This record gives sequence, structure tokens and C-alpha cells, in this order.
Amino acid sequence: MFSFLVRRIVAIVPVLFVIALIVFMMTRFAPGDPAAAIVGNDASAENLARVRSNLGLNDSLPVQFGRWGWQLLQGSLGESFFLKKPVSELIGQRIEPTFALTVMTLVMTVLIAVPLGVIAAWRHGGWLDRMLMGLSALGFSVPAFVIGYVLIWIVALRWQLLPVQGYGRISDGIGPWLSHLILPATTLSIIYVALIARVTRAAVAEAMTEDYIRTARAKGLSETRVLTRHALANAAVPIVTVIGIGVALLIGGVVVTESVFAIPGLGSLTVDAVLSRDFPLIQGITLLFSAVYVAVNLMVDISYLVLDPRIRY
Amino acid sequence: MTDVRLLSSVMAVEPLVPRRRRSLLRRVISNWSVRLGGGVLCVLAAAALFAPWLGTIDPTAMDPGSGNLLPGAWGDFNSLDGDVIPHWFIMGTDSLGRDIWSRALFGARVSITVGIAVALLAHVLGLCVGLTAGYFHRIDGIVMRLMDGVMAIPAILFAVSLVALFGGTLLVVIVAIAVPEIPRVARLVRSVVLSVREEPYVEAAIALDTPTWKILLRHILPNAVAPLIIQGTYVCASAILVEAILSFLGVGLPAEMATWGNIMAEGRSQFNQFPHNVLFPGVFLALTVLSVNVLGDGLRDTLDPKFNKRTE
Amino acid sequence: MRYVLTAFLFGALIMGVTRPSLAQETKVLRVVPQSDLKILDPIWTTVFVMRNHGYAIYDTLFGVDAEGQVRPQMVGEYSSSADHMKWSFALREGLHFHDGKPVTSADVIQSLKRWGERDSLGQRLFAAMASIQAKDDATFEMTLKQPFGLVLEALSKPASVPPFIMPKSVAETPSDKQIDSYIGSGPFIFKVDEYRPGERVVYVKNTKYVPRNEPASGTAGGKVVKVDRMEWVILTDAQTQTNAITNGEVDLIEWVPADQYLALKNNPKIDFANLVPKGSFALHLNRLVPPFNNVKIAQAALMTVSQEALMRAQMVHKDLYNTNASIYPTGTPYNSDKTSFFTGKPQLEKARALLKEAGYQNEPVVLLYPANFAVLNKFPPVMAALLKQAGFNVDMQSMDWPTLVARRAMKNPSTQGGWNAFITGWNIPDNVNPLFYAPITGNGEKGWFGWTTDERLETLKDEFLAVDSEAQRKALAVRIQERVYDAAVLAPLGEYKQLTAIRKEAIGGIVTSPVGVFWGITKN
Repeated sequence: MFSFLVRRIVAIVPVLFVIALIVFMMTRFAPGDPAAAIVGNDASAENLARVRSNLGLNDSLPVQFGRWGWQLLQGSLGESFFLKKPVSELIGQRIEPTFALTVMTLVMTVLIAVPLGVIAAWRHGGWLDRMLMGLSALGFSVPAFVIGYVLIWIVALRWQLLPVQGYGRISDGIGPWLSHLILPATTLSIIYVALIARVTRAAVAEAMTEDYIRTARAKGLSETRVLTRHALANAAVPIVTVIGIGVALLIGGVVVTESVFAIPGLGSLTVDAVLSRDFPLIQGITLLFSAVYVAVNLMVDISYLVLDPRIRY
Repeated sequence: MTDVRLLSSVMAVEPLVPRRRRSLLRRVISNWSVRLGGGVLCVLAAAALFAPWLGTIDPTAMDPGSGNLLPGAWGDFNSLDGDVIPHWFIMGTDSLGRDIWSRALFGARVSITVGIAVALLAHVLGLCVGLTAGYFHRIDGIVMRLMDGVMAIPAILFAVSLVALFGGTLLVVIVAIAVPEIPRVARLVRSVVLSVREEPYVEAAIALDTPTWKILLRHILPNAVAPLIIQGTYVCASAILVEAILSFLGVGLPAEMATWGNIMAEGRSQFNQFPHNVLFPGVFLALTVLSVNVLGDGLRDTLDPKFNKRTE
Repeated sequence: MRYVLTAFLFGALIMGVTRPSLAQETKVLRVVPQSDLKILDPIWTTVFVMRNHGYAIYDTLFGVDAEGQVRPQMVGEYSSSADHMKWSFALREGLHFHDGKPVTSADVIQSLKRWGERDSLGQRLFAAMASIQAKDDATFEMTLKQPFGLVLEALSKPASVPPFIMPKSVAETPSDKQIDSYIGSGPFIFKVDEYRPGERVVYVKNTKYVPRNEPASGTAGGKVVKVDRMEWVILTDAQTQTNAITNGEVDLIEWVPADQYLALKNNPKIDFANLVPKGSFALHLNRLVPPFNNVKIAQAALMTVSQEALMRAQMVHKDLYNTNASIYPTGTPYNSDKTSFFTGKPQLEKARALLKEAGYQNEPVVLLYPANFAVLNKFPPVMAALLKQAGFNVDMQSMDWPTLVARRAMKNPSTQGGWNAFITGWNIPDNVNPLFYAPITGNGEKGWFGWTTDERLETLKDEFLAVDSEAQRKALAVRIQERVYDAAVLAPLGEYKQLTAIRKEAIGGIVTSPVGVFWGITKN
């Protein structure tokens, strides 16, 4: 098992390299001069030249990539053009809200979607199944920002139950933290519940056709036991896989949700960075998110060992 | 990542046989989901096509004097160069006095175009990549690592960065949305290729010295058609959504262009007072995406029930 | 184990909900500024939010009161020779920087020097100055070599870049580098450690500040801060701003976009205050690069302006705006209807004819569009439509406001990262006279963004500075106005009332001033 872990981790390295290469090339091949964007008010020729050499924009591309890669390996993501602060510091300031939102959404999603999917599979073909699947199709067809605005309108403004926007840091109290996160997490969850419920239903429905289910029922086990201990457990692998893939989609959803609810997290930082063409910041965030995605999928792979004893690597 | 499981489940599929084609088509059309999804989609597409004749005015024409009219208002539209047009503002106007109904219908054109273009681009490229990776074992490793890398970058970030860097033209937006979808298509095609490659008739063809391209075209491609069509519908739906999100964030198509995302982005600041700006295009968007998804479900159920097992 | 976890979570929840809120002990004023504060060096940018920041943490030698009169602020006694060529200033008592050190003439002189390197009026002042020297720690003298009619106006000006006073060591930072220390001597202290760009800016009351004895008026008078802490909460979405103030999460919205006017007017919890009096908007052209480097093409662009349509689109309600074809605000001394060919009404036929005559070859006109800056974002689409109707090939590009500010500094052709036109807003003090109005420069690349080259304009401005009588100044002001149109520098789009929203019954004491000032505001 140890060798499996090592092999898996080693397999990540080329992927990370490719990600770094893509991110680097994206920004270097874009039209427009990043140096001019920084200099701003006084765009004299000497200033531009000075900034360009500071950023190393005059060297050849492989050299730039090498230098950038070396910086990366040392843990430095560069400095933001506009804000004159290290990218890692800016990310560090904004990571808490995004992390909290993502985790809460994941927890909410799994807690709601998996039972829903199991029930739909159990009543496969019945009206409950159709209704749930119909609702789920709606769930991932409506864009996150529409859901967000409707929720704000109803819950925050009409019923005055929850705050409209912003983020309460945990250091300021658990209460505000929770109340600020509920609406955004719900908005995102609706989409992921739809996705995960479908996959759960498909996987559990598939598992239900297996012989061991018949055996379990014949043995006299309660239906709940049959569903959880036998069907769900065997359907776990594809479900967990989709949750892993869903993280990439979740990151995208976070960007929109933070914009609607004015949460000062990495998503809104991304939008800011993009609107101001702040390349180092864009690069840093993209790298971070990609690395997170790779890490999550690694954990998903490792979890197969636990979930499915048949898998031997 | 789950190659082992994928392969084992994919092996179970038989290649399509020509003599069953006619009844297949009938089977497809009689499926409820296909009828529902496809029907709604056809209506929307027709509306988009015949937009100029459906009680619309120039979607980009503005009349600041008629700003923020409520849905159902009757009035005169005073264009900037002096024309006066009596018009029924079925869905109201936005803050600059542009008719939402007109913008929504013309926006359908953009959204459907973007959806189909993205699906086509992603599939053509994904097909090439997947075929080569699946068939030529030596470059398989490198190509799939590349695809893994692309897939690891969240699609929105990728799209948003590309648009920020290269500007917000239609072409850039289509490419920006299509590129993150390529790996998934490539994986799909590759898994089909891997499974079919081991079949006896393929081995026979290779033994007979059939040129590679013929093998790919004659034997492998037909097996990939069904899953690709299904994937195509999902990609189309997702593309329409992503385009709306990009416009909403302000990094999509040019703001004067009438797209659903742009209409909603423009109207978001007044959602509390004039929700019609966001809700009407939102309904159009949801309806379109929903119908494409439902169509995809129907196609999957009839053409390739094992579809979910092929894709990751 | 499960029970322990549940109990723990329960406990944490209870603790979180019943935790006493700190806010009851300190008075915190939560303001939504008009835009994000990204650059912290006053001479590096002319955006208004920078000005507000500057007036909070720095002090100025002179201020301008509500009637537009110059009043001493940091200066106690001052005098000038009869011919106004020698000036002597004495700093008043009690002026200290936030680190405790007293404000000396050396600090003042170095700050003025740094300001004079970048600000256009400052440049002129220093060009006219023979010397500026400290006589002792509290007095300094200025000797001019040429007559300069606006000495006090320059030292008090709230327009563009005000001459803020910083410690000498900070002011010694070269003007092409941004300062990295934010110590000032103003009524607020900037908390750098709590500053989170894009999220919030935090100030605390400077308890050691010694305000003047007079009542606050404009940027003059006693700057008494009545809260303990001020937080600028960055909310870019207008809807979010409205929701936040309705819910009491913020107390004041500095600049409410007009499309929220009705919603807030009918909102029983919100009142409107007059933080800043009227302002105006203007269309600025880039006269350095094609196609507007051809003055006829530029004039044709100005002819397409329809003030009514543009102002209606942005300000929506008739009581929030008025049209005005003069570059000077209505109700000010130099306002005049002698506006050359410009009328404020669209002259599309004339524009088309002029374009043909000038030989316009369909070169793209890049119009910068601050898509999410709610106070300016309705103009560009309408302007683009107007220009298109006259036959221009318009390329409207979306970006956020700070990016626009960076982009307008670029002198490249518009197809290579430059620009051709953008629209921005001004406050009354900014264009009350031609020397304050930063954009009307004719000295080419040394001038304001747009870089018009027009010697006549500069000569007229020099004459304005040199003459003595108000009647002469008025005549010159009108000629300058006509010249601005003939040289197609800019076109005013109209005047607007800047709406500031406050929470009713919670916020009071708003001091009306040409810029946004936050002293005097009370919160209960």
C-alpha cells in the first residue's frame, strides 16, 4: 500500500508541471504589455523599461519560465501588480471565507444528496424518483447567481432572517459566521445536490440489481440495512469519484457565489484580478486551485482502498 | 485515474450493428425525454431564428427616456436618432430603455450558437486527441498527462483568464469555454478506442494490413458516435451556462451584445426593484439548459445506457 | 465519541450566538466608499476615493469652506507682501504626526515639493517660485519670481491632487515610487495592519489631534471626529450596498448610483445627505493618437453628445441632473453660454459631414467602459450608440475602474493598448476655474490624459494667472472655454446631484464639502 501511495504521488508531479506550464504560457502569450499596466500615471519610456527588466519580461520565454518555476518551488507566487503585496499574502487573507464556504457546501451537499439519491433509487421508476430527478435537472440548469438573488430576495429581505451579504470571520464569533454562510452555501448546494443525487441514484440503482441484494433481503435484513450496508457501500466508489470531480465545478461556483454575496474570498479576488489584468495574482490563484483539485482527487483515489477492498494496486 | 474500473465496465458494450439503425431512430424519437427536451429546444431555436418577425425591435437600440418600464407596458420607443416606434414592451425594458423581449430573443441566437460551437469544437478536438491517445500506445501516457493537467484547472478560471488575456470576442469566448471540455471528450473517446481495439475484428483488420485511418474510421469511430452525441448535449448545456456566468462576471462577450448573461449582468444592480431584468433571461436560460439536459438524458437512455460508466 | 463531538459543536454554537458584541463599546462608522482603494500614494492617482483617504489621514495648510473661501487650516498666521511676491506662513500650535513627532516647516516644504512634481497646478506654482525656505521649525517663507494669482487656492485646493502634508522622510520618496508609510497628521489614523484591499480599509480616531476652534465647513474649520473607528467596507455591487444599508450592516453609502434612488427614497430606514454638492461629467478624448489626433474628427465626436440622453441614462430621475453646455458649473462666476459649436444637443448630420470632410477612414474608437462602476457605467453604451450613428467605428472595452485609470495613462495607439475616449465625473471645485480644471491642458504629453497640444490654450491659461482683476479673469475664462471646444479637449455631459445615503436616526452631523470628509459624523 505504501508503494501505491508513493506511485500515486509521483504520478502527480507531471500533472502539476503541465498545469504550471499552461498557466505560465497563458499569461505570457496574451496581447498587451503588463509593464504598462503597472506604471500607470507616468508611462515614460525609462519607467517602462525599468519595470520590464524588474519583471524579467525582456528575457527569453524558457528563461522566464525557469525563473518563475524556481520561485514557485521556493514557495513564492510573485507579487501582485496593483496591490504591491505578495500574492501568497493576498491569498492567505482571503482563503478563510472560500474554504469555509466550500466545506460547508460539501457537507450540506453530501448530507442531502446521498439520502435523496438512495431514496430515488429505492423507489426506482416511481413518482418520487421522477420528481426528484426532475428537480435535480432543474437544479443544475439554473445559474448560481439567479438562485442566489432569489434566495436573497426571499430569505434576507422579505423574511429578514439572515444577513444579505458579507462574511463573518470565525474570530468574530461562530454565530455571525454561520448566519453569513448559510445562504451562499445553500445556493451552491442546490447545484451540487442535483449532480450528486443523480449519480448516487444511478450507482445505487445499479447496485440494487446485484445478486447480493437479493441474498441480503432473503436473509431477512431490514430495508434500511440493505440500502446502507450493501447497496450504498458498493455504490460508494462512483459517488466519491463524482464528489472529487465536483470540487472543480465547486470552485467555479464559488467564484459566482462570492460575487453575488460579496464574500471577500478567493473567488471575488479572482474576479478582481481578472478585471484588472493582474497577471501574477491570476496565475497564483489558478495554480492554487488546480493544486487543490489534484490533491482532492488523490485523496479520492486513496479512499478507494478503504471503500472497495477488491481494489489492489 | 479509475482506468481499471472504467475498462471493465466498458467491455460490456457491443458495437452498433447497421441493420438495427432504423428501429434505433424510432426508439430515440419515441423516448419521452427526447420528445420533451427536443421539442422545447426546437421551439426556442425557431423563436431565435424568426426573432425579427416576432414583435421585436433592434436589441441594441436604447431609449433612456423609456428606462425600466415594467413588463406589459405599452409605449413609444424613441430611438437616439429620432425615430418613434409604438411598441408593446412584453418583458419590460432595462435601465437604458432597451426592450428585454427583443434582447432575450436575439440573445437566444448567441446562446444557442455558443452552445453548439463549443460542443462542436470540443468534440472535434477531443476526438482527435482521444483517437490518437487510445490507438497509439506510445504517446498515450504523455497526452493523458496533458489532459489531466488541463482538467485540473477549474473551467471557470481557465475561461475567465483566457478572456481577460485575449479580449472578449465571440471567438475567444467559444475557445475559452471549449478548451476545458476537451479532456473529458478525449477520455471518453479513448476509453471507447481502448475497448474496441481488443475486439477480434479489429485484430483481423490489422492483420490484413488495413491502413490505420481506415480502421479508425470504419471500426472505432462508429462505436464512439453515440457516447459523443450524448456528451455533446451535456457540453452544450454547460457551455450556455458558462457563457452566462462569464457575462455576469463582466468577462464575457462585449457588453452591447444582447446575450442572456449580459442582460442579467446589467440588471443585477436593480434586482430588488426591477427583477424582470434578471428573471426573464434567467427563465430563458434555465429552460434552454434544462431542455438540452433532458434531451441528453433521453438520448443516453436510448442510445447508450452504459454511458455514465464511460465517463469519469 | 460521537456524543462528545455533538456536545462540543453545541457548545461552540451557543458561545458564538451569546457572545457579547464588541461594537457596543466602540463607535464604528461603516462607510461604503465609491470604489476600492488600491493605490495609497496621493500623488499617484487622481481618483476621488484617494482624495477622501487623504483628507482622513492627512492635514492641509489651507482648506476651502462651504462658500468656497480659502481658510487657514494647519497655518495659523500668514501674510504676503503687497505685490503678492513674498509669502510668509506660520504653523499653528499642536500639530503632530501620528507617530508623535511635531509637524515642522521642513516636513511641509518637502511635502509640497513632492506634490509639486506631479500635480499640474503645483508644477506651475513651483515654476513661478524662486524659493521656499524654512525660517524656523514653525515658519516658512515663499518667494515668487513671477506673479502667481492662485497661491492660496493652490495650497488649499481640494481638486485633483491636494497638497497633503507628510513627514519629511516619507515625502522624500521619489515621486516615481509609491510611499510605503502612511503617517499623517490628520484626524484619522490609517490602520495598515487591518487593511485588506478589496475588502476593507480601517481608520481609527486620532485622539491626539487638535482641531481648530471654528465649526467645520467644507475642508476648513475644526475637524472633530465623533466616532472611534471608521471602516470602509468595499461593496461593489449596488444591490448589495442597498441591501447592506437596509439591514444596518453599513451606515453610509458615499455615492449611491441613480438607479437605486427610488428604492432608497421609499425606504423608511434611509435618508439622503449632502456629503458632496453637485458635480459634473465629461467626455475626454485622446488627442495624441489616431483618429482623434485630427482635430476635426475630434470635434465631430463632441458633436454627437446628447446631454439629455446621456444624463437621463445615468441619473434616471429629472431631479437628479441638469444639462449645462459650459465647462464651468452653473451658478459659478465663469459659467457662460459661449460654447463655440458645442450645444449639448446631438448634431449628427453636421458630425457626419465633418467626418467626411476630415477624411475619417473608419479607424476604431476605443471607448473605455467601467462596466461595474455603477456611478459611471451607463454613459459608455449610450455614447457608443451616439458615436456609431454619426458613422464612427466604436470599440467599447469593459474593465473595472482601477484598470481604466491605469489604461488612460497609456500613450500607445488605441489598437495597441491605448485608448481614444473615456468618461469621468468631477466635483464642483474641480472645474470652478480653468486653472483648477486639470484636464484642460495644451502642453501635449506633459499634460493631463488626452495630451492635447494647443499652444493658444496654454497661453490663455498663463494670462489668466497673470492678470489682476476679476473682470479680466472672467473674459479670459470664457475665451479658454471656447478654446477648449475648438481644440476638442473634452465635452461636459451635464451636472448631477451626488446622492449619499445614510441610516436614518443613526447617522448625523454630515459636513458638506467638495470632497468626502468624514469628521463631524455622529452615530448612535
